[in-house]
Amino acid sequence: MHELIKTDKTIPFMRFRLGAWIISGLLIIASIVSLAVNQLNWGLDFTGGTVIEVGYEREADLSSIRETLDSNGFGGAVVQNFGTQQDVLIRLEAQEGEKAQQVGDNILALLQAETEESVVMRRIEFVGPNVGDQLTEQGGLAILTALICILVYISFRFEWRLALGAVGALAHDVIITLGLFSFLGLEFDLTVLAALLAVIGYSINDTVVVCDRIRENFRKYRNSTSEETINGAVTDTMSRTVITSLTTVLVLLALFFLGGALIHGFATALLFGVLIGTYSSIYIASSLALALGVSREDLMPPEIEKEGEDLEPMP
Amino acid sequence: MLNKYPLWKNLMVVVILAVAALYALPNIYGEDFAVQVSATRTTTVDTQVMGRVEDTLSELQITPKALTLEEGQLLVRLSSDAEQLRAREAILRELGSDYVVALNLAPATPEWLDALGATPMKLGLDLRGGVHFLMEVDMNEAMRKILGQMRDTIRTDLREERIRYTRVERDGNGVSVTLRSAEDFQAALRYLDGKYEGYTLSDNDTTQEITLRMTETKLAETQDYAISQNVTILRNRVNELGVAEPLVQRQGADRIVVQLPGVQDTARAKEILGATATLEFRMVDDENSVRDAEMGRVPFGSELYPNRSGGNVLLKEDVILTGDHIVNASSGFDENQRPQVNISLDGVGGDKMSLATRDNVGKPMATLFIEFKATGDRDQEGNIVFERQEEVINVANIQTRLGSNFRITGLDSVQEAQNLALLLRAGALIAPIQIVEERTVGPSLGQENINMGMQAIIWGFVLVLAFMVMYYKKFGLVANLALASNLVLIVGVMSMIPGATLTLPGMAGIVLTVGMAVDANVLIFERIREEIKAKRSPQQAIHHGYDSALSTIADANITTLIVAIILFAVGTGPVKGFAVTLAIGIVTSMFTAIVGTRAVINAIWGGKRIEKLSV
Repeated sequence: MHELIKTDKTIPFMRFRLGAWIISGLLIIASIVSLAVNQLNWGLDFTGGTVIEVGYEREADLSSIRETLDSNGFGGAVVQNFGTQQDVLIRLEAQEGEKAQQVGDNILALLQAETEESVVMRRIEFVGPNVGDQLTEQGGLAILTALICILVYISFRFEWRLALGAVGALAHDVIITLGLFSFLGLEFDLTVLAALLAVIGYSINDTVVVCDRIRENFRKYRNSTSEETINGAVTDTMSRTVITSLTTVLVLLALFFLGGALIHGFATALLFGVLIGTYSSIYIASSLALALGVSREDLMPPEIEKEGEDLEPMP
Repeated sequence: MLNKYPLWKNLMVVVILAVAALYALPNIYGEDFAVQVSATRTTTVDTQVMGRVEDTLSELQITPKALTLEEGQLLVRLSSDAEQLRAREAILRELGSDYVVALNLAPATPEWLDALGATPMKLGLDLRGGVHFLMEVDMNEAMRKILGQMRDTIRTDLREERIRYTRVERDGNGVSVTLRSAEDFQAALRYLDGKYEGYTLSDNDTTQEITLRMTETKLAETQDYAISQNVTILRNRVNELGVAEPLVQRQGADRIVVQLPGVQDTARAKEILGATATLEFRMVDDENSVRDAEMGRVPFGSELYPNRSGGNVLLKEDVILTGDHIVNASSGFDENQRPQVNISLDGVGGDKMSLATRDNVGKPMATLFIEFKATGDRDQEGNIVFERQEEVINVANIQTRLGSNFRITGLDSVQEAQNLALLLRAGALIAPIQIVEERTVGPSLGQENINMGMQAIIWGFVLVLAFMVMYYKKFGLVANLALASNLVLIVGVMSMIPGATLTLPGMAGIVLTVGMAVDANVLIFERIREEIKAKRSPQQAIHHGYDSALSTIADANITTLIVAIILFAVGTGPVKGFAVTLAIGIVTSMFTAIVGTRAVINAIWGGKRIEKLSV
């Protein structure tokens, strides 16, 4: 049989945990600094404003489009290609006054008047300023709620130290992915927020598998230290972790390259998030739990009278 | 015996998959170009209309694929989009504006599937093209209006009771009344106490003031009413636009979602949906001088309003009739070929109009056109500030005592008459609305999104299939079978749930599910490998592999499901679509990966003596 990872010997993962902590710590600090300095490139969903995507028959002349817009009072417009050379994306900040809703239609009419080829309207999006504020609030709330629900569920199913470790790892993934978006100046829109929640979903999936094995091994090998047990559990689940990440990365690559420009941010966030999530479920979740002092006694099944001895440990 | 499924379990797997496949089937038949004819409030679509449509089509030498009359709607299926456009225009010309003639895409599901209630998945606007509006209702204006009506009622009632007052005005969430004398105050107190439902009374005898305040229940009712009235009116207006399968739905406390699939002309849609207008009919105050009023000496009981030519008109404060009594309005031409609007009123409106015009024949009556336009600003509480734009659009001498039907003449252009008629016909809004979000997707982009989404799904699928076979051999093939069934299940379930909509992020969700769904099988197979390494027999290995992986899989999937549910709760539009496919994918993948693969593995390897497993 093929094996990606030879698992005959236990790999002493936890020995390198100091290194992992330093790397993660640095990444988190870098992310926070970047978020503070560069901030996030909030998309239209959050800032409000207007986005117009138009398709030209031939390669679009961006500078002449800019000129047209400038001379017609749309000075602050950002004009760029979107996906292909023929497609143009025009983005305007939120405008004051009643005209805001009309901006899209006006610009479309303007561009159509300027050129002889036909300009195809592909997409117009207008978002009022207040809608964005609510979204930001809702989005932040969604991520927090997700983390808290997971914390409660894992505490209930496993143990609070593992739960804290898992949620710590999730927060780690979210912060670093946000940091990447801020560092690269990628647009953060609603789909990226959805991707971020999906990253949480993926990463917790990974972490739960590792936690499950940690618990199982604590119950099985009664004479090992906590560190040895965790090393064993991470090693046991290593090939599964890598294979699942691999298949997920494969489909995400398909999404990234074939899914089109609209889904790019989404695919980027997930791709990066899955990689960082894989790393964190190996290193961060378990080493956090170890640092919090998780031990065999914490994970033993509750004693049930005398017959408990004969029963298989409850999962 | 180890690793044998009972018959019922095998049957269950087969039945579930068969049902899912059946309901997923309509999705591969695609859609027909169609023209949909439906009735407006005053007409019905019957076989006679069907006959007219048939004749029109045969004149054009278009043979429709099918012509069906169902639930008061006529559906004409055609073979190309060019035919569809020609047919629509011709039918529109033939039937006139009494019918709604809309372009549509009708699922080409065969009849036997249709009879089973199997329909294709609904596509979101980002995939089929169209406009999405989010509108916000101005509650302040709704309150202002209701209280204004209340004020007028109180004035009339007090006058009838011969109770003298110095002032009756709106005051916050209520109306305050100041009485002329102590006797009037006492009389009013007796009279008003408990007279109006939904109002509580408070009084102050030093200032001889009585305040009627709306109760919380009444307040909530009023707001509810404002929203539902807006929803109704928007539905009517959407019908004016001639859109197939529009969606008008309340969202939250003061917002309404409007989705118009297939609509491209957003400017017109916005004009009709976004602008709010109402009419007030009032008598012109021709006893006092306009010039005096312009100097600031507006006589008591009158108000000064601008007219179209930049001048001013002095109107009586009392409103004869408001726009909400208007039943129908249509544009046409008068004897001199000038544009006009014909207006029909409801019974109450007709009576009011009749009563008011009885003694006023020969006197001028003005039509005050009131439009609410959003200024783009917001007040401290975050509510949108609307500017009330009032304009006297018409002053005409009352020729005769008016009834339920009359007309407004003197409009500038045909276009204006049409627009005014359209807005009036759709009804007058109690509260103005503003578009706070718009998303329009052109048809080319929609199709492109579908194509790209499909590409991503197919390639993602193929890559995972290839990897699984390479890595897990025959067991990998079984996992692949599960993965394919999972796709069928997702599509089947999505088609079965009436509210589920497939969006571009939803397709991304399917792609992601394909990648993550194999996880359960990876977990199981890795366990089986471990068991084999631990020198268990193949049958034992399969048995223990499945058993010990089960709780891990459940825990991992439940936590992901929690995330999907949260995403569904807070997400809107496309993101909700992602949450739906993700959640469905998690549940279906657990079924196919655990029960589905086990059934196959048991059927092939179970209960036999085998030396080696291909895993």
